[in-house]
Amino acid sequence: MGVLINKDTKVIVQGITGKTAAFHTKQMLEYGTNIVAGVTPGKAGQTVEGVPVFDTVEDAVKATGATASVIFVPARFAADSIMEGVEAELDLVVCITEHVPVQDMIKVRRYMEGKKTRLIGPNCPGILTVDEAKMGIIPGYIHKKGHVGVISRSGTLTYEATFQLSNAGIGQTTAIGIGGDPIKGTDFIDALKLFNEDDETKAIMMIGEIGGTAEEEAAQWIKENMKKPVIAFISGVQAPPGKRMGHAGAIIAGGKGTAADKIKALNAVGIPVAETVATMGETVVKKLKEAGIYDECHTC
Amino acid sequence: MNIHEYQSKEVLRQFGVNVPNGKPAFTVDEAVAAAKELGSKVTVVKAQIHAGGRGKAGGVKIAKNLDEVKAYATELLGKILVTHQTGPDGKKVNRLLIEEGSNIAKEYYLSFVNDRSTAKIVMIGSEEGGMEIEKVAAESPEKIIKEYIDPAIGLAPFQATRMAYKMHFKPEAIKKASATMIKLYNAFIGKDCSQVEINPLVVTAEDDVICLDAKLNFDDSGLFRHPDIVELRDETEEDPKELWASNEGLNYVNLGGDVACMVNGAGLAMATVDILKYYGGEPANFLDVGGSSTPEKIATAFEIMLDGGQAKGIFVNIFGGINKCDVIAEGIQKAAQIIAEKTGQDGIPVPVVVRLEGTNVERGRQILTEKPVKNVFMAPTMEGGAQDIVKRVEEAKKN
Repeated sequence: MGVLINKDTKVIVQGITGKTAAFHTKQMLEYGTNIVAGVTPGKAGQTVEGVPVFDTVEDAVKATGATASVIFVPARFAADSIMEGVEAELDLVVCITEHVPVQDMIKVRRYMEGKKTRLIGPNCPGILTVDEAKMGIIPGYIHKKGHVGVISRSGTLTYEATFQLSNAGIGQTTAIGIGGDPIKGTDFIDALKLFNEDDETKAIMMIGEIGGTAEEEAAQWIKENMKKPVIAFISGVQAPPGKRMGHAGAIIAGGKGTAADKIKALNAVGIPVAETVATMGETVVKKLKEAGIYDECHTC
Repeated sequence: MNIHEYQSKEVLRQFGVNVPNGKPAFTVDEAVAAAKELGSKVTVVKAQIHAGGRGKAGGVKIAKNLDEVKAYATELLGKILVTHQTGPDGKKVNRLLIEEGSNIAKEYYLSFVNDRSTAKIVMIGSEEGGMEIEKVAAESPEKIIKEYIDPAIGLAPFQATRMAYKMHFKPEAIKKASATMIKLYNAFIGKDCSQVEINPLVVTAEDDVICLDAKLNFDDSGLFRHPDIVELRDETEEDPKELWASNEGLNYVNLGGDVACMVNGAGLAMATVDILKYYGGEPANFLDVGGSSTPEKIATAFEIMLDGGQAKGIFVNIFGGINKCDVIAEGIQKAAQIIAEKTGQDGIPVPVVVRLEGTNVERGRQILTEKPVKNVFMAPTMEGGAQDIVKRVEEAKKN
């Protein structure tokens, strides 16, 4: 179970002949991902890790029936690759690429209106459904099967949180790295909706950071719609205003997007926020006990 | 990326936007010559630094003759300007903009930014010009007008006209105002801006619409399309350590304290800064060494942190995902060697607490235990490591 992908999902790798993509294709295959095709224009007929390469997404879909794609192309071509996947009516496109121009993403979002595809990223580590499949670069071995869904704007904090959960015996369903860009595909609310409807997922850990107001909007949505406990962590409490902290989207601008505002908004709707990055796991455990679902969630 | 006001106005001119005539000046002589050439009745001498609030901080002067231009240029060049955006240390004025004075009838506010929640560019206008827009938004939100722009269409003329009416431009200036908006939008799109802010946009006594000030910021990810903009980068405006780091491909932000940290991943790096502060330390920096680090890069990161004696201790916080802990451990050893060779001393001059977790962690810890580096200590947990480095820095300061 879990959300977005499972072991049967037929996956395309766009840009598969690149060095990083080839490396991660191997990793994804080893995790059990059903990678059926790669796409690099001009490289049709080749194989990478035994995966056949096609010139276009359209060709790859026709030949394999793929429904999802993970993108590893350079930043200047990323928006085009996303739109190619959208046009081919894929259910899911995950864009790992960092440094995609914001104007490109604005066009992509407009292009996606009214179309069926869900986009994750860009600038994200991808998604992983435990013991089933992964699209992207999340290391598989830190995950243990269970009932907590993870949503995060940061790659390493996704790993950190998952590691702490696994160590505490709390397994996970799916981890969704939504990415650190200001304008992206799936945001917290979209991801929360998926977990809310997933029977396997009993609780959700969400990891936010400074910049924008997505966490505040999520807090409001949770208050009105969420059936399951949510636990949060926000990084960037000490970030000075106007400074970009690594991620393109991690910037306090015009007094908006501070960690303090986000923590306040989350606490106001009853969501516990881990005091430090080191206590994410124990904050989840505490909440699970309060909600009376600890035993059920203690899976590993 | 940020640029100076005079550069912003130069870019806007390329898009046909009405800006006052003016010239940059790096010396007093240049300032006087520029004023002479402009030949305007009133000359404005404006300090050029990458920060807002210059007017209130005394960085903008009105000169009625060339002697006054000379006096103001002499006063401003080399002056440290402290505004609400510069921080307490202020910024040194190295450049001036010498500009003709305008006959201002009324001031307005106009800006364009990328709106995260709608994934659209939004044009924001207000008849409250010359004020901080955050203040206007807080005190009289009804005076903030927004138009969300469809990227497939661009800023539609009716939207610009509607904005001009809602901002209460006088009838004689409506067309000029809306035309200015469309040109500014074209500049925003044409140069991959992340912000275009005109504060104030003015109507003159002659009913002209002029951008009296201009602030352009650019999306770093879009700069590959604009080599002309990259040329405008003024490195003297940047923190020297941040500049050094960015030239080395490291993501570094100076936070001014003395407990340094080196982390992989931006999220974990921010969270590490937070946990150091949580345990009572003063974080020196944010530093994300990224996914694939070489020993040389780690050595450079150490040098940047240690430069000027800023770091009294370093917390290395690594969660090995794709990059493996053993590679990081070897990197730390080699970095220590490189630094030792440069300083002629054994090991690293300040305590370094290393927390390793994730891929190949056992091997990584083994490397650092078997062949220990002087002043490098292993931390069993992240919490323990953060507390340990804060304590070591406190002790070092006592001695």
